[in-house]
Amino acid sequence: MDHLGFIAAVYSVTFAVIAALVVRTVVQGRDLASKVADKDKPWT
Amino acid sequence: MDAQTFNARVATPTTRLVGALSIVSMAWVVLGGLFITPKDVNQGDAVRIMYVHVPTAWVAYLAFIVTAVASACWLLSRKHSMGFDRVAGASAEVGVIFMAMTLLSGSLWGRITWGSYWAWDPRLTTTAFLLVTYIGYLAVRGLGGSLEQRARRSAVIALLAVLEIPLVHFSVLMWRSLHQKASVLSGDGDIKMDGSMLTTLLVGVIGFTCTFAWLVMHRQRVLAMQDAMQMTQLDVALRERANESDDRVKGLK
Repeated sequence: MDHLGFIAAVYSVTFAVIAALVVRTVVQGRDLASKVADKDKPWT
Repeated sequence: MDAQTFNARVATPTTRLVGALSIVSMAWVVLGGLFITPKDVNQGDAVRIMYVHVPTAWVAYLAFIVTAVASACWLLSRKHSMGFDRVAGASAEVGVIFMAMTLLSGSLWGRITWGSYWAWDPRLTTTAFLLVTYIGYLAVRGLGGSLEQRARRSAVIALLAVLEIPLVHFSVLMWRSLHQKASVLSGDGDIKMDGSMLTTLLVGVIGFTCTFAWLVMHRQRVLAMQDAMQMTQLDVALRERANESDDRVKGLK
């Protein structure tokens, strides 16, 4: 495959950023959900 | 006083389904984009970047449009539901990250194809301007004030900022641009693309859209809980201040 470094960089950065965003959102959500009462969480 | 319960779950069956769809389609994009699809006649292997670049650009546009629609709903609704404001904020946050990824992947593709990481081309310049605008939008959301003040000022900015999207999209038609014109949404319905390439691109668009939906749903719940905590802390501070002044009055008597 030509330009493998560029292509690998695009795929790895994109999916790493998305994964980091997902992990951050889940961790932050769980942390807050354990502190906020259920009445303030209409989805539960 | 009601007994408060603390359920630490943020996910729901809907978000789990959307998340599963995202994972499956992302796996398809990696496999299809890197190993299954053929080289392009003109671009060679650089076309593989398109399976990530096009969906991230699409999601960024979609995110900013969702921000504008949610902002308009907040302004027009009688109740001024803060849910609209939180969706607008969550969508803009995700949009900014996807727009930055679009510029990065486009820059690396440009280095291969044009020989340069950056050119002051109309599409690139207007896209960078759009990114800076929405970073400004997020900065305005972070300013102090009540939740309603935050919602009102950011809704106005969102409705102005979204006007840049047609400028970005049609910049390749309005000015002389290095950036290629739309290949799939060209308007004439004639798609000159191999079946596996088109399928991978469309699965990428669906997968990244599902990821966007998952992120916005979760993020707006996080924002809802942050707002709830802020209001609780405010209530506690007000109660403490009221008790202090009561104590002072008693002391004077």
